[in-house]
Amino acid sequence: MALIDVINFRKSFGPKVIHEDVSFYVRKGECLGLVGGSGAGKSVILRSLIGLEKPDSGQILIDGVDITPFNEKELIPIRKKVAYAFQGGALFDSMTVYENLAYPLRAHTELAEPAIADKIHHQLAEFGLEKAINLYPGELSGGMQKRIGLARAVIMQPEIILYDEPTAGLDPYNTKKIQELILRLKAKGVTAILVTHDIPTAMAVCDKFAFLKDKVIAEQGTIDQLKNRDNSLIQKFIEGNIL
Amino acid sequence: MSEQLDLSQAIAKRFQEPLEFLGGVAILAKDTFNEIRTRPFYGSLLIDQIYLVGVKSLPLIFITALSTGMVMSLQYGLGLEKFGGKPYVPRLVASTILREMGPVFTSLMLAARVGAGMASEIGSMVVTQQIDAIRALGTSPIKKIVIPRVLACLIVLPLLVSIANLVGNLGGLVVGSAELSLDAQFYYRRVLETSNLKDYLAGFGKTFFFAIFIAMPSCYFGLNVKNGTKEVGIATTKAVVTASLLILVGDFFLSKLFWVIEQWL
Ligand SMILES: Nc1ncnc2c1ncn2[C@@H]1O[C@H](COP(=O)(O)OP(=O)(O)OP(=O)(O)O)[C@@H](O)[C@H]1O
Ligand SMILES: [Mg+2]
Repeated sequence: MALIDVINFRKSFGPKVIHEDVSFYVRKGECLGLVGGSGAGKSVILRSLIGLEKPDSGQILIDGVDITPFNEKELIPIRKKVAYAFQGGALFDSMTVYENLAYPLRAHTELAEPAIADKIHHQLAEFGLEKAINLYPGELSGGMQKRIGLARAVIMQPEIILYDEPTAGLDPYNTKKIQELILRLKAKGVTAILVTHDIPTAMAVCDKFAFLKDKVIAEQGTIDQLKNRDNSLIQKFIEGNIL
Repeated sequence: MSEQLDLSQAIAKRFQEPLEFLGGVAILAKDTFNEIRTRPFYGSLLIDQIYLVGVKSLPLIFITALSTGMVMSLQYGLGLEKFGGKPYVPRLVASTILREMGPVFTSLMLAARVGAGMASEIGSMVVTQQIDAIRALGTSPIKKIVIPRVLACLIVLPLLVSIANLVGNLGGLVVGSAELSLDAQFYYRRVLETSNLKDYLAGFGKTFFFAIFIAMPSCYFGLNVKNGTKEVGIATTKAVVTASLLILVGDFFLSKLFWVIEQWL
């Protein structure tokens, strides 16, 4: 059974229809690459998966449970299970990096402060960001903020991670580090959706792709399926021939 | 026909915003009330806010209260001099401060300082997706943002008003003795003799309403920023204007209410 199942998802903002009818699923342990032009509505889909946006109609099943009718309180267990790594990091700018990473741990675990500190040091070491621990987000570069945001998303060891362009704006070295991190988490069985324009990373970590175009999923399939398909839209999108 | 339509649309548009505000604040108030009774409760956030709202406002409130008391004492004194009414200045100044000037001026100053700060801070958090992050991390913006601010105002405003009452009367006394040649001892005794607990409570009781009038619109307008930093500025203005209007208009009805209650007691 699919761990994430989006069925006939429709979403508009006022008169502006963003998604006409979007359906896709991700099985446990899989990584889906969600691609599409800028403004196609990729972030809106990820946000909807943790209930930050409500669809106009359709269903979003997480582990078989439709979360669309859930209120904020009912969404809390879902949000513990599904982490969203924001496109811009979305760090709390009144808190240090340490406090940012401690935030979910303090909210959802009974860990004592030394254990929390331990986890944070470990997590930052993994991202090569130990030096930033006592800095405020405003003192960090955009790429660093993004990586801290990612660190904050994964520190609770969620079952599902939604990556929103995790490598955009990063140098090749850090891009590779993020790639390795995603692969490591995947090896541990974490299910993921990766929104990205970074095709090499997507190729390296994704099992299958869905292409969002003209308000619907225009094409989806595994990498092998897509490779063998004549006239693959995703192929054309990657080569820069369509939007 | 189309003119009629235009007119009705114009009217609808005119009323849409206030109605949206009332509905939105009502929902926010309901959520706040519901969540305040459930765990967890973030005490340290409340203390931060008490510091920001209360301690940081002290100098402003001090100056406001002092100058209000001084100017009232001066005006009453000069006005009543012709009728030999100078001895009534302590009583008049004290009751005006306790009942109206203390609570209203303090609240207005707090609305300007704290309301603007809250609306712009929360609005910026919306724009930079920090409010979304609070939700995405399985926590509640109501608990993290709204409740500490509302409670801080509820705790701090009555205290600030009490301080303003004292300082305002002190200002009155200073001018009374320096400008109106009233004996300071006499002034002091007159204030204590003539003002009673009713005066004090009539003003003090309002402050809890005023605290809500400041905190709720500020949180509401901040949280409802949608697109970009320009709206943060608009939200800030709306928060201050709304809070000030609620205080000024609300003051009339609350005065009336407390007056009725006093008659009743
Ligand atoms: N809260 C909102 N109100 C109104 N319109 C919105 C809102 N959020 C998103 N949109 C619109 O929805 C569309 C899709 O936005 P989204 O951020 O999902 O795009 P995206 O595919 O993630 O693009 P990018 O690759 O640039 O991040 C955009 O046209 C955007 O203007
Ligand atoms: Mg996006």
